[in-house]
Amino acid sequence: MGASRQKCKKIGLVMIWIAIRMLTGDKTKFYGLLFGIAFSTLLITQQLTIFVNLIERGASGVYNVAEAEVWVMDPVSRTTDISYAMPSTALERVRGVPGVEWAVPHIRANAAIRTDTGDLEQVAIIGVDDATLIGLPRTMLEGDVSVLARPDSVIIDDVGTTRMFPDQPTPVGEVLELNDQRAVIRAMADAIPSFTSTVVLYTRYSQALRYVPGTRNRLSFVLVGAADGIPPGELATRVTEQTGLRARTRDEFAQDGVDFIIENTGIPFNFGITVLLGFIVGVAIVGLTFSLFIRDNIKQFGALKAIGVTNAKIVRMVAAQAGMVGAIGYALGLVGTAIFIWAFGGDPTFKGFYIPWQIPLFSLVAVFVILGMTGFFALRNVLRTEPAAVFR
Amino acid sequence: MDHSAAISTRGVTRDFPAGQDVITVLHGIDLDIRAGEMTFLVGESGSGKTTLISIMCGILWPTQGQVEIFGTDIYALTDTELVEFRLANIGFIFQQYNLVPSIDAAANAAVPLIARGMAVQDARAQATEMLNALNIADQADKLPSQLSGGQQQRVAIARALVHEPRLVVCDEPTAALDAKSGRRVMDLLRDIAVAEDRSVIIVTHDNRIFDLADRILVLEDGRITHDGKDMPEDH
Repeated sequence: MGASRQKCKKIGLVMIWIAIRMLTGDKTKFYGLLFGIAFSTLLITQQLTIFVNLIERGASGVYNVAEAEVWVMDPVSRTTDISYAMPSTALERVRGVPGVEWAVPHIRANAAIRTDTGDLEQVAIIGVDDATLIGLPRTMLEGDVSVLARPDSVIIDDVGTTRMFPDQPTPVGEVLELNDQRAVIRAMADAIPSFTSTVVLYTRYSQALRYVPGTRNRLSFVLVGAADGIPPGELATRVTEQTGLRARTRDEFAQDGVDFIIENTGIPFNFGITVLLGFIVGVAIVGLTFSLFIRDNIKQFGALKAIGVTNAKIVRMVAAQAGMVGAIGYALGLVGTAIFIWAFGGDPTFKGFYIPWQIPLFSLVAVFVILGMTGFFALRNVLRTEPAAVFR
Repeated sequence: MDHSAAISTRGVTRDFPAGQDVITVLHGIDLDIRAGEMTFLVGESGSGKTTLISIMCGILWPTQGQVEIFGTDIYALTDTELVEFRLANIGFIFQQYNLVPSIDAAANAAVPLIARGMAVQDARAQATEMLNALNIADQADKLPSQLSGGQQQRVAIARALVHEPRLVVCDEPTAALDAKSGRRVMDLLRDIAVAEDRSVIIVTHDNRIFDLADRILVLEDGRITHDGKDMPEDH
């Protein structure tokens, strides 16, 4: 029994050798199939990668503040960019909640600056706690956080620099007219860009209040650190219960930012259409080419069946052909995506882009489905072919 | 049934649907093809000879009737057994050769051996010996597209004979060849495939080779109308 099974396996393998030779021998169709799969994989993987990285930027405001374990805000606030100001007393209320190790004020607002060329540029002002400077990105590319102690100091983010000062080696020392007030750039932060790639200026909380005129309530968020042994989730619940404010853990608030983009923009729909098109193009090119390949070889398949090759072996032959095209085309598509991400990595738009492991897996499933569908229809023609057809 | 015959058919009938009608292509064929003979099956287009030869070699089921090849009732076998039976016992030569275009002559000739599980290198070596017997061993590494029609025909013959089948079935083996090449191919077939326990059956229109037959069967409208050493005078 074992020997018989081993023999069948061996027969299958050598017939696969013929199948592969049949496929690679027809170079035009072989390359056409590879192109179809590679193009589909590239389109699906690249577009999903951009989509995922882009919507993750909805969480950039949260991820740029590494220290905050819990974000506290007005109950109607939704994301770091969509917030409703609270009275300054909210800070003291939060500090009074048991389990709060520290709590600092955080302001986020928009302002306008006049550029050197006289253009107007909308910027985001982020005011961080004067004493601790909690709320700044961790890494400075130029200068250090101590510059904020000097008057009128602001720190610009690196993507904002490329946008506002594209031809200058450094923005440090530049003087800005910010809402009719003087601001001097004294450092540059390494920050994750926002969804809209808005220029971000970091300054002290007290300075931010001067830059951004407003109503009586100015406090956007209270950033909270949990005492040892208190899980952030539990602390957030406690803060909400005792203050009536909305409290979210770091991960929850990051997800809120992503969800907001998904729910309020056409991005998922547009990217979804492109991914679908990639799939359809794959099905069309691969389906057509595979059908032509099978049609061109139908007499040979018929002859093989007449000679004594079973349908099971024919199925394995076609599966091997599809598998080979799929493996090479998929690899080419992934390499293409990696090259794309690498090549455009220097562009601020694509800063920090990466390919999450789930995306290649998704593309692999798509390739399987494309080859499964097209292979099924191609195979159906082969299996339907009567061996007797070779005599006609 | 004559169990000593290479092929024995009894009451073979075959119907084909044609719209809402049914056309009967073969009408109860009773036939014994003897071993050690080269039998020609001759008939006009539409006479049923392709259907008959397809049924006789186990690639088309009869509507009714029984077919034995060397004593085996082939349509009593399961699908898989029948495929394996064909692989072990029957060699095919098709009118259009049906060689695999992307593998060389030796690999094409080796297909039945590969299908039986022989290692590719061993199968190629054995196939090359067969090509040598057919005087085209020097073309073993060439693709079918690099061969002339006659050479492709010899590769097809090598493929049909390489696994030493007891029955060889040929469909118009000389149709694409000139008279001299055609006779040479027939001589080769006779030398290699006709033996005491073997048989060759050939479907042909080619009156240039009728004199090489041991037996000629004429089929008209699905019935055998002549069975003899020579063609009837009215054909």
